[in-house]
Amino acid sequence: MWSRANLVGALAFLALAIAAPALPAWLVSLATIAFSNAFVVLGLVILWRAGLVPFGQALFYATGAYSVALIGRYTGLRDAFLMLTAAAASAGIVAFLVGYLLARYRDIFFAMLSLAMSMILYGVLVKTQTLGSTDGFHVQTPTFLGVAPRGGTLNLAVFWLVLGLSAAAALLISLYFRSIAGVLAVPVRDNEIRVEFLGISVTRLIHLKLVISGILAGIGGALAAFAVGHVDPNMAYWTTSGGFVFVTILSGTNSIAATFVGSFMFELVRSIAVDILPGTWQFILGSVLLLTILFLPEGLGSVFSRLRRGMP
Amino acid sequence: MNAILAVRNLEKTFGSVVAARDISLDVPAAQTIGIIGANGAGKTTFVNMITGHIKPSKGSIRFEDKDITGLPSRAITRLGISRSFQVAQIFPSLTVRENLCAAAAIARGKDSILACALQPLHSPATIAEAGGIIELFQIAGYRDVLASTLPQGARKLLDIAMAVGGWPRLLLLDEPTSGVSVEEKFAIMDVVMSALRSRKITILFVEHDMDIVARFADRVLAFYDGTVIADGTPAAALADPQVQAFISGTKRAAGSQGSATHA
Repeated sequence: MWSRANLVGALAFLALAIAAPALPAWLVSLATIAFSNAFVVLGLVILWRAGLVPFGQALFYATGAYSVALIGRYTGLRDAFLMLTAAAASAGIVAFLVGYLLARYRDIFFAMLSLAMSMILYGVLVKTQTLGSTDGFHVQTPTFLGVAPRGGTLNLAVFWLVLGLSAAAALLISLYFRSIAGVLAVPVRDNEIRVEFLGISVTRLIHLKLVISGILAGIGGALAAFAVGHVDPNMAYWTTSGGFVFVTILSGTNSIAATFVGSFMFELVRSIAVDILPGTWQFILGSVLLLTILFLPEGLGSVFSRLRRGMP
Repeated sequence: MNAILAVRNLEKTFGSVVAARDISLDVPAAQTIGIIGANGAGKTTFVNMITGHIKPSKGSIRFEDKDITGLPSRAITRLGISRSFQVAQIFPSLTVRENLCAAAAIARGKDSILACALQPLHSPATIAEAGGIIELFQIAGYRDVLASTLPQGARKLLDIAMAVGGWPRLLLLDEPTSGVSVEEKFAIMDVVMSALRSRKITILFVEHDMDIVARFADRVLAFYDGTVIADGTPAAALADPQVQAFISGTKRAAGSQGSATHA
């Protein structure tokens, strides 16, 4: 459990938490969004290792974000932990339900069906006035176990929350990757018949992976809602899902740390690109994706493992 | 009667094609049975019905006095029936040891997906179990080799070894030596048979090579047109005139192939 990778990760999160008050505000809010999105990417990695690429993970992301926003709007509850739990649970339930259908499909059918599911939610959100329609709505300021920070302190509090949960998620997922269900991802991709004849259901394994990835995406969406302070239907749109697929390619699927670094780099490149070339930032992002696929097909994670192998 | 497997009036039809008809037989524990027959005689259909890969249209299959007719393959595997395949079914991206660890971990793990998410795969027990099977099948030389790069004989051995990882009491081998060179066949069967007998596994194996059947089987089932036409000791079954007819057919085909390659 306390392998070197886990220890290095824990120290990195701790160092960031301590350094946060001294960092410029723009960097803190960029990292907050980036690490919130890294939760969704972790979920993609879980599915990707089993050979499945979901093109509609924004379904669970938006479910988590809207759960937070709706609780704030229609109830008196403001506690961040309570809202996060509700977001994780609702995204998990949605994943569990659509999982009955999705877990039966593979390859492009899986990808497109998950995209279809997310676009149905997008359509519902756009058309429903009580859900804020195309404008979405404001997210109530969260409190933290009774403490209600404001302004810059609130941003720091959300960042610390994101860091703490990131560390916990990274640890739990690293344990999951060593579990029977986690290790069986590659066998599921390689040879479903053999997995079945060893006595385990491939459909149920994939269903489980979907629920875990849905919960992660729900938490990511809730954290993003806290960070941005606003939700809108674009959170369920297919370009949002595409962004997560982009970051997964950039990060690779061999390292948990790489999903956080990759998420951060993606947000950094995007915000720099928007500053330099406001009209054509997509051009820069596209080029980065092209270069990644050409020169780093296994993502940033492969750089980490190469460095690790180089160490004595 | 202490039959480990009891099959009654088994039938399978695909539309108007009858792939299995009226198959009834008992398999006593620890017997080694060779299944022979021409292509399309229904051997693999029979194996597929026992292991739950396809559902029989009629009839019943009982294993250790439990009705397993029509159960899904993974449930049948959990009850103690395992199989290997004509084309080896392994995990090419994993090493031999990892393949066997996966097999051992699934077999030892609970039949619950949630439990599988909480239990580490590479536990000392599964690693020891995989190591034991590697010794048993004499593939220690390939321990850390990627399964995708294995030679054909070792692939077949790994496929059977993975099936054995689940501690089955009945194992069905679908053409264990197909695709393996004639020189290697007997060596591979020697390894497989001694490994399986050391674990007291009841064996049903489909085989085209009559020399191998005669050497390793205690009993022979000859299939023809979806049903069993001869059932007895290898000597008796192979001497049956109907069986002789299709064996000589196979031999002629093999002979003409042989003369073509030697010409």
